[in-house]
Amino acid sequence: MEAGSLPELAGVPWRERASPALLARRGRLWTAYTVAHVVPFVCVAALLVALEPLSAPVALAALAHAWIIPELYAFRGANTAKPRRGPAHAAEPVAQGLLGDLLGHHERALQRETGLALERGALGVWLVGQQGALLVTAGGRRIHCFCVRVAEPDLPPSDRTAHLLLALREDEQGFATVANHAFSGASWRVRRRLPSAMRRALDAARARAS
Amino acid sequence: MPRLIRMDPTGHSTLAEWTVDDDTAYAEAVAAFRREIRIGHIATVPEGPGKATHVRELPRGAALVILRRPIAGG
Repeated sequence: MEAGSLPELAGVPWRERASPALLARRGRLWTAYTVAHVVPFVCVAALLVALEPLSAPVALAALAHAWIIPELYAFRGANTAKPRRGPAHAAEPVAQGLLGDLLGHHERALQRETGLALERGALGVWLVGQQGALLVTAGGRRIHCFCVRVAEPDLPPSDRTAHLLLALREDEQGFATVANHAFSGASWRVRRRLPSAMRRALDAARARAS
Repeated sequence: MPRLIRMDPTGHSTLAEWTVDDDTAYAEAVAAFRREIRIGHIATVPEGPGKATHVRELPRGAALVILRRPIAGG
């Protein structure tokens, strides 16, 4: 393990260390995967209508599949940013204070409003939540969604975010390696699946990444 | 005053405080630090926006050392 690298990397020695090239490759794979899901269904729908117009309902079902499958993947990506459900944690104000101390003024205000901590890194602009992180790459058009969490069930929400934020700051590429890559695609596909407050955080990240 | 804190279900707990020239307080802080590392915590020194450093020994001059639990892909 390299000096300065995230200690958690020792638990995933088989994973290739994340880098801009690896993320770009994953992005292209996700695009190809999406096209491979959409194009056959669209072709089937067109063929059905061309051969027999009365088969239009079946063609519509094929088109629905072409739309729903990519939507489900984007939904999975958006879920990585959403907070855990549950009752309010008594220690959250204390945890919120510590997280606030780790953030700059603008990022602190954004986190309190949206639940996501904005962090600029070498790979792009990150939005760190309680159980995942979104990475908006340069230009602001593509987003990568990561599922990552701290395995401590009783932590207050802001401590969860602080854990991820500190790990990200220790070793950004290591963080992206340890985290499970859940989705990559156009940022607008994830945006429309986010709660409205989180959309503002994503807009801010896209603006920073542009 | 430098502090060693641990993120936990209470939000965070201060485990030790010391000054650069107080050897006794620093030794107590080092003992607390090592105890937490042994049970699986990871120590981080926040160094301003965007930067933090993982440390394996308690840095005497750091203003704040935070102990966190390991993260994992969810």
